[in-house]
Amino acid sequence: MRYGLLAVVLIGAATLGGCTEGVLDPKGPIAFANREILLNSLGIMLAIVIPVILAILGVAFWFRASNERARYRPDFAYSGRLEMLVWSIPAMTVFLVGGVAWVGAHDLSPRKPIASSVKPLRVQVASLDWKWLFIYPDQGIASVNQLTIPVGTPVSLELTSSGVMNSFFVPQLGSQIYTMAGMITRLHLQADHSGTYRGFSAQFSGEGFSDMHFDADVVTNEKFAQWLDSVRSAGPSLDATTYPELAKPSASVAPFTYRAVAPGLFGSILVSEMQSDDAICRSYPTSMRAEK
Amino acid sequence: MNLLGKLNWSAIPFDQPIIMGASGGVVLAIIVILSWVTLKGYVPYLWREWLTSVDHKRIGIMYIVLALIMLLRGFADAIMMRAQQALAAGGAHGYLPPEHFDQIFSAHGTIMIFFMAMPFVIGMMNFVVPLQLGVRDMAFPTLNSVALGLTASGILLINISLAVGEFSKAGWVAYPPLSELQFSPGVGVDYYLWALQISGVGTLMTGINFVATILKTRAPGMIYMRMPVFCWTSLAANLLIVAAFPVLTATLAMLLLDRYLGFHFFTVDGQGNAMMYVNLFWVWGHPEVYILVLPAFGIFSEVVSTFSGKPLFGYRSMVAATMSICVLSFIVWLHHFFTMGASANVNGFFGVMTMIIAVPTGVKVFNWLFTMYGGRIRFTVPILWSIGFMVTFVIGGMTGVLMAVPPADFQLHNSLFLIAHFHNVIIGGTVFGLMAGYNYWFPKAFGFMLDERWGRASFWCWLIGFYLAFMPLYALGLMGMTRRMQHYDVASWQPWLVVAAVGVVVILAGIVSQVIQLVVSIRDREKLKVTADPWNGRTLEWAIASPPPAWNFAVLPQVTDVDAFWKKKQRERTQAQPSKERKFEPIEIPKNSATGFITAFFAVVTGFALIWHIWWMAGAGAIGIFLTMLAFAFRNEEEIKIPAEQIAGFEQARHAEIAV
Repeated sequence: MRYGLLAVVLIGAATLGGCTEGVLDPKGPIAFANREILLNSLGIMLAIVIPVILAILGVAFWFRASNERARYRPDFAYSGRLEMLVWSIPAMTVFLVGGVAWVGAHDLSPRKPIASSVKPLRVQVASLDWKWLFIYPDQGIASVNQLTIPVGTPVSLELTSSGVMNSFFVPQLGSQIYTMAGMITRLHLQADHSGTYRGFSAQFSGEGFSDMHFDADVVTNEKFAQWLDSVRSAGPSLDATTYPELAKPSASVAPFTYRAVAPGLFGSILVSEMQSDDAICRSYPTSMRAEK
Repeated sequence: MNLLGKLNWSAIPFDQPIIMGASGGVVLAIIVILSWVTLKGYVPYLWREWLTSVDHKRIGIMYIVLALIMLLRGFADAIMMRAQQALAAGGAHGYLPPEHFDQIFSAHGTIMIFFMAMPFVIGMMNFVVPLQLGVRDMAFPTLNSVALGLTASGILLINISLAVGEFSKAGWVAYPPLSELQFSPGVGVDYYLWALQISGVGTLMTGINFVATILKTRAPGMIYMRMPVFCWTSLAANLLIVAAFPVLTATLAMLLLDRYLGFHFFTVDGQGNAMMYVNLFWVWGHPEVYILVLPAFGIFSEVVSTFSGKPLFGYRSMVAATMSICVLSFIVWLHHFFTMGASANVNGFFGVMTMIIAVPTGVKVFNWLFTMYGGRIRFTVPILWSIGFMVTFVIGGMTGVLMAVPPADFQLHNSLFLIAHFHNVIIGGTVFGLMAGYNYWFPKAFGFMLDERWGRASFWCWLIGFYLAFMPLYALGLMGMTRRMQHYDVASWQPWLVVAAVGVVVILAGIVSQVIQLVVSIRDREKLKVTADPWNGRTLEWAIASPPPAWNFAVLPQVTDVDAFWKKKQRERTQAQPSKERKFEPIEIPKNSATGFITAFFAVVTGFALIWHIWWMAGAGAIGIFLTMLAFAFRNEEEIKIPAEQIAGFEQARHAEIAV
């Protein structure tokens, strides 16, 4: 029965997933594991929910007032055995799904690095009004509204926001995470297939929100190296003088790149948001950060 | 210094035809209704019998009228959003600019939660709970009227924002920093904040009032374990109100301090921490979900039991489940933001707690199932809503538990899957419950039934429309469409959004059927006239006349069992009717009071003045509220006595009517 239902779910999901680019069509290990957990939990619950729905409709139909054959039991209001059953069915289901949730929360914690023999690529992400800034600190370059990463390489992301809260999300690569001013969140993703995947903000952030999407370009290692060379050879550079220009609110910005990034710029985005005209407020207590 | 603060002619958006059309229509409708009422000479009647009434039944009905009007307003927003998203695919940007669209989704959420569902639930409890408890009024009748007034003030303010100024563009949750002055400099967020603050105080008053009423005033013999389940769920909901609403008030007050006095609770600078708002908001927000749905569970319990002709199965279990939901609802709030980046232990804990709360909810579904089992189910309109609820709600509950799994939520959070889920439980749970209750208790409130055929039509349109409108959103969420998009460039989403828009049109047909049902029923009220007990009910409200007299019970009932009225009917059937002459004693009922109405007037003045920074007017309004309270405190008489002859006369006429 369970497997039958699971099959139904999977077939349904596959028909849905086949024509989409969403979370049911994963392109990396995190997204794949997320989908597996999603479908497993759904399967466990459908095994209870579908019979319950059928029972509700069946009982309601059979015990209709006009049905002479149904036995009227006006005093049937308590049964210890049934009560036992009534509490244990949801409890058992929740026990199972709760286990999935607990283990899943640990296995797929966004902070947890991906085990891999390949050295991770570090990317610093800042959500600005209303565009995405990606800084490659080890390569010394940056891009706007375009995230280019090599295939099969773990990507270690550090995220923050210049002001309003956003949520960084590439459904086909996996988990989303909030970007918050003055705080850093961490996320580890990996793509196992080349291609261009849709990325966007999943947290409403104001007027330009609908256009706040970007392309996550997953390319081969050679192509990635070529891309780095081409970026380094042209374009403006990002530093304390050009950043304020970029940070001004603007919507549907076409992707472009920076050939160089001033070291520590990401840190300054993080810090500048915490400062105020009040000199006492310079230090930022660690307990208030999203990450300890 | 400007006497009118920030207010000037540019606050009225003359250049926006949609807004001016809508607000012009509303103003015109209000003028027409008011002048009709005045010309017909109904004003003294309305003032005497309704606006100054402190009768819990009248107050309950007024709450529900407000809620139904706000349902229309919130639904109009829904149609506009669905139309926009069905159109704005690819390069198209639809007919609503982001600035307008953002206000609409913010208003839709705020209105539907705070000004449709809440007043509807509170109105239902107001009307039913004292009757079921077998008492003559609430513990604090005038406080009840003030609470209604403050809710109405909030509603008025949020509707004024349509024509004067703007509404919030930060969503119904108004997360900072977006809702801070830096990013939302307009008056929209202030409208949101003051409307919620004022109505929130009213809701807190209601909560205190109900807790006191249920704990302290019950008919003789009605021990806790003989209370109808609706009273239990109301008790739980009101305990939640008392515990949770102060959190909301404090949180919004901090945001107000940020916006008005330059504090830094949640700002980007000055060590503000926006996530503190998000936490506090949901510390209120999750119990709020249960404040809305627990009374609905109570309604279903009454309806399923009545129309199955059976006591509720597992009464004790139901009570235990209700109270455990009440407690557990306070330790699940973090599941609204698993994606904040908390540690795996934190996410895991809140995920598991969220699932544990599904256990008592599941128990309830099974208990309703076993209540129907062995019953003789009469398929009336209320039971149709109840069965529709059970089927729909288990689906919504399932997708909820699914999103309680953190890794699944990482993929589904803020997507249309989430939108589908919470509409699935709020429409499928709360709204269906309220509709069941509306059809179930209407004859008690007005003495005539609601038309059955239009009621059925409404149910089927709502049910089918709901599935058409929200199942596509589940699919869209899985396809990666996030919420609150004014336009999008993924062409494959559009067909699903068109289906959803069609679903909304079908729901509209359901709402139209409801309006027709009401009109037709009023027209045929003589034909649909009923006496005390049209449904063969089980609880005390069916023991008294429909509509009940101001004093509810001529003689307070003696309660010996859970289904008090049912047992009484059984006893009377088996034993010969004792034909003794009943003796009545004079009854004191609370005197009408204009306190609620006047407080509401000053609350609107104060709120409006604060929104527009008209400081002298805010001060004047606050003083007005204070003086009103003072005048009330110094009142000479608070009760009027109904003579025994009047009660005897009423009872005689009623029995004569039943005999005929």
